[in-house]
Formats: sequence, structure tokens, C-alpha cells
Amino acid sequence: MRVLHAFHGGVHPPENKAQSTGTPIATAPIPPRLFVPMSQSLGNAALPCVKTGDEVLKGQKIGEADGRLSAAVHAPTSGKIVDIAPHAYAHPSGLAELCVVIEPDGLDAWGERKPLADWQALPAADVRAFLADMGVVGLGGAVFPTHLKLSAPSLDTLVINGAECEPFISCDDMLMRERAADVVAGITIVATLMRPKEILIGIEDNKPEAIAAMREACKGNHFEVVTVPTIYPSGGAKQLIRRLTGKEVPHGTRSTDMGVQCFNVATVYTVERAIEHGEPVTSRIVTLTGDVERPHNVEALIGTPMNFLIDYAGRRTGVSEVLMGGPMMGFALPDEDAGVTKASNCLIARSPALLPDRPPAMPCIRCGDCASACPAELQPMDLYWFAKAKNFGKAQEWKLFDCIECGACSYVCPSQIPLVDYYRFAKGEIWGAERDKKAADRARARHEFRQYRVERDKEEKAQRLAERAAAKDLAAPSSQSTLPADDAKAAAIRAAMERAANATSANVAAPTLSDDAKKAAIEAAMARAAARKAEKQAGETQRSANVTQPAAPAGMDDAKKAAIQAALERAAARKAEKQAADTQEQGSANRVKPAGPATMDDAKKAAIQVAMERAAARKAVREAQDAGQKDKNRR
Amino acid sequence: MTSSPFMARPTTVSMVMLKVLGALLPGIALYAWFYGAGMLVQIALASISALAAEAAMLKARGQPIGFFLKDGSALVTAWLLALSMPPLGAWWMIVVATLFAIVIAKQLYGGLGNNPFNPAMVGFAVMIVAFPAQMAQWGSAGAHLSAGDQLAYIFTRALPPGVDAIASATPLDHLKTQLTLGASVGDTLAEPVYGHLAGAGGEWIALAYLAGALFLWRKRLIPWQTPLAMLAGVAALALPLWLVDPAHFANPLFHVFAGATMLGAAFIVTDPVTGPTTPRGRLIFGFSVGVLVYVIRVFGGFPDSVAFAVLIMNIAVPFIDQATRPPAFGAKKGGRA
Ligand code: SF4
Ligand code: SF4
Repeated sequence: MRVLHAFHGGVHPPENKAQSTGTPIATAPIPPRLFVPMSQSLGNAALPCVKTGDEVLKGQKIGEADGRLSAAVHAPTSGKIVDIAPHAYAHPSGLAELCVVIEPDGLDAWGERKPLADWQALPAADVRAFLADMGVVGLGGAVFPTHLKLSAPSLDTLVINGAECEPFISCDDMLMRERAADVVAGITIVATLMRPKEILIGIEDNKPEAIAAMREACKGNHFEVVTVPTIYPSGGAKQLIRRLTGKEVPHGTRSTDMGVQCFNVATVYTVERAIEHGEPVTSRIVTLTGDVERPHNVEALIGTPMNFLIDYAGRRTGVSEVLMGGPMMGFALPDEDAGVTKASNCLIARSPALLPDRPPAMPCIRCGDCASACPAELQPMDLYWFAKAKNFGKAQEWKLFDCIECGACSYVCPSQIPLVDYYRFAKGEIWGAERDKKAADRARARHEFRQYRVERDKEEKAQRLAERAAAKDLAAPSSQSTLPADDAKAAAIRAAMERAANATSANVAAPTLSDDAKKAAIEAAMARAAARKAEKQAGETQRSANVTQPAAPAGMDDAKKAAIQAALERAAARKAEKQAADTQEQGSANRVKPAGPATMDDAKKAAIQVAMERAAARKAVREAQDAGQKDKNRR
Repeated sequence: MTSSPFMARPTTVSMVMLKVLGALLPGIALYAWFYGAGMLVQIALASISALAAEAAMLKARGQPIGFFLKDGSALVTAWLLALSMPPLGAWWMIVVATLFAIVIAKQLYGGLGNNPFNPAMVGFAVMIVAFPAQMAQWGSAGAHLSAGDQLAYIFTRALPPGVDAIASATPLDHLKTQLTLGASVGDTLAEPVYGHLAGAGGEWIALAYLAGALFLWRKRLIPWQTPLAMLAGVAALALPLWLVDPAHFANPLFHVFAGATMLGAAFIVTDPVTGPTTPRGRLIFGFSVGVLVYVIRVFGGFPDSVAFAVLIMNIAVPFIDQATRPPAFGAKKGGRA
């Protein structure tokens, strides 16, 4: 027997799972319309790659992954795209999301299914790309793209999460009971890709059938089905990892850093469907339970409206709202028209009789029950106090962000204080403040830069005037001819720098949030690269000792131009210096009245000016980089 | 409630308080058995004053009266106070003590959950400081007055004909006096008033409190740390001193069963509102109270000192909580992996 490790806290709410496990997984009927949200992963929403009026087949890609954290979206059934527009979406915010609306043709006809036949022989990166393209994401609720979790350098333990600790939910239980072989095949694929030293499948002991089925399916390989005690939240990845391996994954650390990776059973099932059968994620098992006539599990197409499913299960009168997810961490659907997403593991028709409202809260009596229940080992009553007093600094110091919002504290509180609501509020406030601060920083940086520029321009102008005056005084023909040219050059450089500065500051000040810092960083990196390239080019130019000034290639960017110009000027200055020296030598040799000093002074001046400008340019680049870096750090 | 969790354990503050009152019942029954019905009168007086004071204060503070009266916390305070006061004390004493407890120590701090000091202990401490003589008059278990005579005595201070004094010192008080007079602990404790352990009947009442505490612990309404640590704190000094000089220091069992030690361990240091919330903090708090109880009792000016020990340690609770905050999950020193 494996030694299990306790995790702190946890609660044991009434399970309410038996209601929905009496009948096998049914196939939900195809609704008249499917609303397939493009946002089906932790990352950006997929970009629709079909248009209204298109006919699609089941499994055909309708949304292209947008970025690393995104995953593709596929048509759940065959039919016609009738609209691509924002529609109700399963999120507590109630905000609409872009959905592809499909009118099914009722045939449910698959498009071409191309399994990844020789996946064992392919590089792991190709398999990962394939999975991203098949829309495989974590079905446990976090919808983290699976392909990203598959790349761990070395792994001690692969944990397969079949704990399913939330009350009411039984979709994973039924999946393991009925499709254990596919689940185990999926585990085999993941194990082959990740090469862990051991593979543990954790299942709570209130699912004896699932445990038996999985044990049976695991015969002949070294996967170990581990029975864990039924206690909420043992299905939390960190809690399960702790339970099975004894390792604690601190907040802000990835479990892979500790040699463990965790996948939900439903996720590895979809991995297998994708690789062995070429089937993208077009449906998922959803528990329909609560106040319905026939609580059971269905395999429902992604995009099926939630109220359609609840009606299908027999909505009872008195249902006040529908919850998505479990009663501990789920949320009330703001709009039951929303389509099933890959995260929709459970729908609970809620009536006040089944899940009564919380009685009015009493003051905290500091009983500490919440602290003994908290699996994150926090002091919830202190966090509550700080959140209530809007003392967010203290709340953060007391590890507010370690809170996984499991609700165990609210569950046990005898004063019936909705503790988690306070934490959500505090987190929201802190994020909001962070955003405001970022914006303010950006505004300040922009202001300071403008101030600096104005000062610099003033100084330069003064300097120029002084120079011109000096030149006039000297009235040397050579200087007369060179000065305007110098001025023009300096103006060009200044203009270039200004443009570059404007570009960066404009970027820095752009109001959109998360992407700016990235953009600024990229911009800075690009500027750096450009500067480097320009310097190199300039170096080459210098080396080739071109006296004639090459026309700067059109389209070359300003920084480059400036750098080249600077280099040229340097070269010119050096040449002028040399000439001047030569002239002097000759002069002294030939005893000709020296015309040198004036020329020499001019050349030196020019050289100094160029050097100064170079320094200013470098400083500007550095500042841009700093700004980018700072933004990155703050993220 | 449109945000998770949508389930809540059906425990409420009222239920917690009701169970605490229930756990006090065996102790009260034995108390009445040994000391007479006067005890019940004290409890009734305390309850009525507490509810009235609470209601008046809630009204003055613009709080919902019924909602808070239901929570039962005022009754718990009242009962604990009544059990700490002399059973045949004058009626106004318990009323004044209760008013102090509810009005000053609880409501003026913001009511339930906001009081830093244990209200019952504040009420008791005020009385013993203000009326030391009256507070020292304990109806001895041997004075078997009829219920009616006890009642009359509480309200009128009139004794039935033929009885000229019913009040005697508490066992702790008596021991202290005897020790100053040069008697040895052994001789004093052999007097019949001490019963088997710590005052005739006293040890049975203490055992009944202990049973109540076990019940509450089984119901997960009180932690084991505070009571056990408090008893350990009492014994920590009592045991070595008794071993070294048994003639001058009573044995640890005596101190554990005498006076308000057991009532304190079971029901007073376990008050959630005024105690620490962390397990380690509860150990520290309980142990310190125990040590202080012993030190004040044996070396200090008051014969029984649970109230002072608790109040002193109440001051330290915020610091204890702060210092004992356990590290968050995954943040153990040296890693628990
Ligand atoms: S469980 Fe509720 S009453 Fe008890 S300490 Fe926590 S917040 Fe306060
Ligand atoms: S919701 Fe947060 S504070 Fe409450 S028990 Fe869960 S992790 Fe702890």
C-alpha cells in the first residue's frame, strides 16, 4: 500500500452524487442551434476561420488557436454557420463572448478524421502541436491548454486526477466506470510523452465502481490506482499532489518544478480520442443534476445551450437558477442560453429548497473553524478582517493570493459569513489598483520624457545659436560651407530620435492593458536589435572608409539612419581632423600661413556634437529598454 | 447568494452557544445539589439582566435586537458569571456584575465578536476588586438552608431565626489563611470541608465541567489545546513545588480541581472571541493562563485568580495570533515535501 499524506483542512459536505450515477452516460440530443464560444481555453479566444453561410462537418475546425495559451475550436456537429456574433457565455461576469452559431443538419456527419498514427515516432513537439490543433484543454475546469503541460524536462510522478471531490458532480466517475480503457490509453500516451518515473491515478473512495474499472483497465502496466479519502478539496491539483506524493507546491510555483504533473481523467480521455481516433474535442460529459426529474450524465455537444440540457433532464418547478460546476466552486449562470464549453462539467438546477440561501451573516466570533478547514493553510478570519477594512496590503501580506477560493472556510463558518466573496472582492480591488498604477506610471514616464525632450531641445537650440555665432565670428569659408550641413544633420537626428521616442511613449501610454507591456518590451528589443544592426552597419561603413556619403536606403528605420549618420560623421570628423593635422604639418613644413586652426576647431566641434548626440541616442534607447523591462517586471 | 459556495454547514452561532449552555448543565445540576438552590437564583438573575442589558444596548446602537439576542452569547456570559460568583451573594451583586459584563465589556466594544476581554471575567474582576468582602462570602456546602431561606437571604440578606452565619470562606481562601497562620497544607486539606480533593462537592462539580468540555470537544466546538494547556500550566508549577515542599504547597490535583480552574479550562479559556485562533497560539495562551492562575493564587493577593489570569492573557492575544500564524501551504520552513 502506498503511504498517503494528509493535507491540512478540508471539509466533507454531503456528497449528493448518487442521484446522477444511477443511469449510464446518455447522449444528449442535438439542439436546434449550437452556440460555440470561441473562448475555450485559458488564453485568447480562437479566431473564427469560417464565415456565415458556410457548411461545416463535425470536427471541422471553425476557430484557429490565437497564441500559445489558446486552443483551436471545432464544429461539434455538421450543419450550417448561421451567425458569428457575441452571445451569452458561461462566465460569472455575464459578459457576452464571440460565438459561432451552428444550425445542425441533424446528420452529425464527421469530416475527415486523421488519427496521429505514428505518434510514438514523432517528435514530442509535433504531438503537442497536434493536440493544440485538436482543441485539447484541461477538462477539469481550468481549460489550461494540454499541449503546454506536456513539455516537462523530467518528471518523477504523473498524477492523474480522478478524485472529483465536489459534491453533485459525477461526470469523471461515470467516464471512468464506462470508458476506463480509453482513459488508460490516454494515460499511456501522456506517459509516453512525459516519461515519468511513476504514474498515480488518484480516485476518492466514494467511487468504488470507478476504482474497480480503472484497476481492471490498468492491468498489465505499471499505473497505480490510489484510493484517496473522500474530503473536499482533494481533487484540487495541489491537494491531490500533496496527498499522493507528499510534495507541497507553493503558490507561484509550477508543479513540474517539483517533478510532478497532474492531468484530469477527462483530459487524458480527449487526448486519446484526438490521437488515436483523430477526433477533436467536440463534446464533453456533463452531469445534469439538482432539481431535475432525471438527474444523470450526458455526453453533450459543445455549444449546446445550458437551458436545453436542463429541460432535457426535466427541469422542476421552483428552480431559481442553474449553477455551472460544483456547489463549492461553481457559479450561477447569468444567462442559461450560454452554450456548453469544455469547462462545463456539471449543471445543477438550484432551488432554494435544495441549496438554501445563506442565512444573514453574524459577526466573526474568531472560532478559527475556517482556519482549520483551509487547505491553503491561511487564516481566513484575518483575511476577512483585512478585506472588510480594505486593508489590502495586509491581506496580501497574509497571503490572500494563496487562496484557491475553494469555499471550505465559508462552508464551515458558524457565523455564515460569505468569506470567499470578500476575498474575490479584495483580489478584484488589488488587480484594479495594479492596473491604475500601471497606467499612472506610464503617464508619468511619458510626462517626464516630454519634459526631458523639451529641455534638451532648448539646450541644443542654444548651443546651435552659439555655434552659429562663433562660426560667423570666425568667418572662415570652410566652416561657412560646413555649418548648414551640420545643422541639417543634427536636425535629422533629432527628428529621428523624437520619432522613436514618440513611438515608444505612445506605446507605453496605450490604454489596452496586458498587451502593452509585452508590446513595449518587444519594441525595446526591436530597437535594441536595430541599434545593434545599425552600429554594425555603421562599423562596416567606417571600415570601408567611404568618404562619399551613401544615400540612406529608403525604408531603413530612423534609429539605423541616425546610427549610420553618426558613424559617418565620426568618420568624417576623423578625416577632417587628419586633414587638418596634415594641413598643419604641411603648413609648418611649407611655412604657409596656417589656415588650419579654424578647420580643426570646426572638425572637433562637429565630432563633439556627434559624440553627444550618440550618447543621447544611447540614453534614449536605454530608457526605452528600461521602460519595457519595468513593465515586464510588473507583470 | 449567487456566488459559491452554495452549500454551508448548518451550524450557526446560536447552535454553538446552545451547546455550550447544554454542556454547562451537568455542572450546574451538581452545583445546585451541593450548594443549594441559591445558585439557580443567581443564574436566573444573571440571565434576565444579561438579556435586558443586551437588548437595551442593541437598541441604543441601532442593531437588530431579536437577531442578536437569538445568538445566545449573552446567556453564556450570564451563566459563566453566575457560576463564578458566590452562590448566596446579594442579588444586586450578580446584577451589577452582569451589567458590567454585557454593557461595558461586550456592547461598548461593538458587541458579539468584537470584545477583546472575556465579558464574564470582566464582570467578576470588577466585583472582586470593588467588593472584596462580599465576594469572599461563600455559602458553604454544609449550610443546608431551605430553598426559600436561600432566596430570602439573596434578596433581603435576612437569615432564618437560629442561624447566625452561613457564609464561609472558599477552600482556596481558607487554605491561604491557614498557611499564613502557619498550618501545613496536609493538615488543612485533611479538614472535612475539603472533601476528597478540593472542597467538598467541588471536585464533583469540576468533573461535571470536564465532562461538558469533553462533549464540546467531541462536537468540535472547542479545541483540545487551550483546556489541556491551561491544566498543564497549573500543574507545571504546582508539581515541582509540591514535590520539593509538600508542607507549603498543595498538590497539583488540588489546584486543578479547586476554585474555578476547571470551569476556566472548559468554558472560559475556550471562549473563541477572546482567545487566539491558531493551534500553537492556543497552546501558548492556555499554558500562560494556567501558570498565571497558579502564580497569583499562591504568591499573589487573590485566592482565586482565573479571572485575572484570563484577562491578562486576553491582552496578549493579538500578539500571540500574529506570532503563531502558520506558514501558508507550500511555504514551510525547510520545505515539507
Ligand atoms: S469560521 Fe467564521 S466565525 Fe469562525 S473564525 Fe472563521 S470567519 Fe470567524
Ligand atoms: S477559500 Fe481560500 S481562504 Fe477559504 S478555505 Fe479555501 S483557500 Fe482557504
